[in-house]
Amino acid sequence: MLIKLTGGTVYDPASGIDGQVKTLFVLDGKFINQPPAEMPIDKEYDLKGKVVMAGAIDMHTHIGGGKGNIARMLIPEDHRKDPVYRSDITRSGCGHAMPSSFTAGYRYAEMGYTAGFEPAILPVNARQAHMEMADIPILDKGGYVMLGSDDYLLRMLTAKKDQKAINDYVAWTMNAAKAIGVKVVNPGGINAFKFNQRQLDLDEKNAHYNVTPREILQVLATAVKEIGVKHPLHVHGCNLGVPGNVETTIDTMQGIGGLPMHLTHIQFHSYGTEGDFKFSSGGAAIAEAINKNKNITADVGQILFGQTITASGDNMRQHANHGFANPNKWVCMDIECDAGCGVVPFKYRDQNFVNALQWAIGLEIFLLVDDPWCVFLTTDHPNGAPFTTYPHLIRLLMDKSFRNDMLATIHPEAQKMTTLASIDREYSLQEIAILTRAGAAKLIGLDDRGSLGEGAWADITVYTENTDREKMFEKPDYVFKDGELVVVDGKVVHTTWGTTHIVTPEWDNSVEKSLEKYFDRFMTMKLGNFKMSNDEITEDGRGSLTAHSLNSIS
Amino acid sequence: MTEITEVPSPFCGIGADDLSVQVDGNSVKVTANGCTVNTPAFEQSITDTSARVNGEEVSLGLAIAKAADLLRASNQPIMGGCASDVNGMRGVMAVADKAGAVVDNMNFTGARRNFLALQDTGWMNTTLAEIKNRCDYLLVVGVDLEGFSPRFFERYLWNKESMFLDDTSNREIVYLGKAPSGNASTSPAGVSAKVLECADANLPEVMAVLRALVKNKKIVAESVCGIAVSELQTIAEQLKATKYSVVTWAAGALNFDQAELTVQMLSEMVKDLNTVDTRSSGFPLGGKEGDQTANQVCGWISAYPARAKFSAGYPEYDPFLFDSAVMLENGEADALCWVQAFNIASVPPKTDVPTIVVARSGMVFDKEPDVFIPVGTPGIDHAGHAYRLDSVVAIRLKKLRHSGLPSTAEVLNAIEQAL
Ligand SMILES: [Zn+2]
Repeated sequence: MLIKLTGGTVYDPASGIDGQVKTLFVLDGKFINQPPAEMPIDKEYDLKGKVVMAGAIDMHTHIGGGKGNIARMLIPEDHRKDPVYRSDITRSGCGHAMPSSFTAGYRYAEMGYTAGFEPAILPVNARQAHMEMADIPILDKGGYVMLGSDDYLLRMLTAKKDQKAINDYVAWTMNAAKAIGVKVVNPGGINAFKFNQRQLDLDEKNAHYNVTPREILQVLATAVKEIGVKHPLHVHGCNLGVPGNVETTIDTMQGIGGLPMHLTHIQFHSYGTEGDFKFSSGGAAIAEAINKNKNITADVGQILFGQTITASGDNMRQHANHGFANPNKWVCMDIECDAGCGVVPFKYRDQNFVNALQWAIGLEIFLLVDDPWCVFLTTDHPNGAPFTTYPHLIRLLMDKSFRNDMLATIHPEAQKMTTLASIDREYSLQEIAILTRAGAAKLIGLDDRGSLGEGAWADITVYTENTDREKMFEKPDYVFKDGELVVVDGKVVHTTWGTTHIVTPEWDNSVEKSLEKYFDRFMTMKLGNFKMSNDEITEDGRGSLTAHSLNSIS
Repeated sequence: MTEITEVPSPFCGIGADDLSVQVDGNSVKVTANGCTVNTPAFEQSITDTSARVNGEEVSLGLAIAKAADLLRASNQPIMGGCASDVNGMRGVMAVADKAGAVVDNMNFTGARRNFLALQDTGWMNTTLAEIKNRCDYLLVVGVDLEGFSPRFFERYLWNKESMFLDDTSNREIVYLGKAPSGNASTSPAGVSAKVLECADANLPEVMAVLRALVKNKKIVAESVCGIAVSELQTIAEQLKATKYSVVTWAAGALNFDQAELTVQMLSEMVKDLNTVDTRSSGFPLGGKEGDQTANQVCGWISAYPARAKFSAGYPEYDPFLFDSAVMLENGEADALCWVQAFNIASVPPKTDVPTIVVARSGMVFDKEPDVFIPVGTPGIDHAGHAYRLDSVVAIRLKKLRHSGLPSTAEVLNAIEQAL
């Protein structure tokens, strides 16, 4: 199948193309520069005057795993407001804060997204995460496996096991859970909560293991680097949501000693303690720290006003925040000596001082980080807002007068506490393409996605220029997945099944000896039954695994 | 003859995965780590191998076509039972979406007590490995735990080693409401559980007093439903003094009106305990015959637990109105598709509406259904996934033999295609 996409204005940062008119060719799902001379074109699309980008990639979105399903079960009243009808080609479902799996796939695709990555796969819950994601149509998916509060790692640290042993364990776990990255959530804090600790600062010791979050970050970031995984350690830091946590966050960045590290939903970790309400913006300080430390990247976790639900592995902080639950119901779980989770519904209100300032802090970070390759567009779906708010968020970044109009409507004290009005920056289309395509693919370590260049898979989104960027980005003209047309005029016209992106770092087989002993002594299943096999993802005939390259290990 | 070890069980709900079985053709024998629930379930022999329409043996294709005809002719079909593995439940969801059916898991009326409490106020819960390694005090409310799960104590409480307890036999076990049916709860050191008995129907009152005592409220009465308040006071103090208490219950066993309020009472008590400088967690028992699997899969595909209706073209959830037993009784449904891949004793409810049964080989009927399609059992005849009672761990089920029986998913997906 040869497709010709004629005359569109192309934004492809991965190939260094910034708004040039260019014709693209897709042969059997992948881009080629020039088709063989005699080959007939099966289908041509006239894209003159249209904006062409790669399919967007959400590098941090909670779309698969137990806490998401708890979130769904918890708020039937939210689903009732957004029923999604079945059609001849699509399944029914529910939308809004925590959509059903099929609906999530359709709505992402209808916004021009072609991949999403679940950032918090508990090793013991990996099957669920992958099974849920297997029921998300169209999108490619993948995830980061959570370590750092698991008793096995903490026992290793207490026993002063060497870095090599930790590397083997991390690599083994990534394979067992089918992951493409490693995440740490409130390092050691989820574990400490089980020992009744209610907070854990960067240098505070776990009461049982005598291990600090700083030590956990150090060994995990080192392991990720040494086993060659391209996605840097993905860090949800200490003290989420705590006023004054900006100090901890900057200390976390500087303390990692230059190792690659990604700080997720950094907005929630950028709070000072100034002002009448003892809550202030650390946005500028955080952006400056990102600008200075070239080993650091961050996604924002922007909040947007309205009803949502927060679902996090950080049960220590979720428990501390349960008083804000709206509606007033919540769930916390301790999970399998592995991790935990907390699910708390939230309603962010523009007339609430804290919420209003959170909104402004997120935008400050977006606008004050110089290098668009170091910052990523997320709401930490659904924690800051559902992913369906992305077009609105893009408009806030691209349109200063719109942003200032919105700013003028929020809590007046919050307006005084932000520098947002004085920031002139407006994101360009190319920068948006970096945040949501090329940068995300590079950060995750996807070899052949997020680009329109030769050899890349043809995930493509085509928009009509519109000065109202929200309108432009919420309804693409066309979306192609692996070269197949799946969306026309913002509606799904055809469904496909994406692949699951993983990496397969190597480990020394001896790691299983001590793991097997540990499982037999303390766990509730056999080691052999814990590891996921490839056929669990592929046996239904529609799932597939795509393993990406690793950095060469010196 | 082959010997297979580390076999996970989908039957007991606690995810036992250390069984050994001997397979000889279609016969399976549990040779190690069986129990009164798992052994008969694994050893159940295959009797039916072909599908039937109106009692006549027919090809699988014909039975599927007939099933599709019946669903197509129905204005309000019901997908009942919903007892299968993850792929089987995916098949249930696909058929329901297309046929506009009600999906109703057979254990939902019991599980509803949990969902109502969850959806009103939530809870703080834990999972099996945390119990095994941390639990120093177990309060069992209104359920005969060893009757529910014969190996629970052996596997998760009297384990020899734990990471955080010096001596697991020092764990304290307290029963509130039902007394245990045997001695499994007696510790290896010979200490028997403390039992404070009361009638099921009195549990709301007893739990309310216990929570009040946890919250330091003054109770004037000296006894409640035959239990001395001083005894409850002792429990309240122990709950606060221990490091990681666990309160367990089985929604299905709380067989009295508005039992959801009792689930809520004990869940809120657990939350209260976590505000008085200790840790405590709830632990709901369930997970049998695919009930957690049904709720999980229905959860991610529809966003609701497994009592949902699709006839409007989108999922709707009502834990009362979509009770299939009530719908059948009231004439609100006109076809039933009963899915039960685990248990031949779990037959469809008596009804006069056209009935399709997709069930484990060997099911015997008082009244022959219009269509009967025998299917393989997940974890015996085909691989698959099933959720354990804690709803967190999905166990990987193994294929033990080549019986040639189709899986639930194969049959339901074929019906969906034929619709
Ligand atoms: Zn997140």
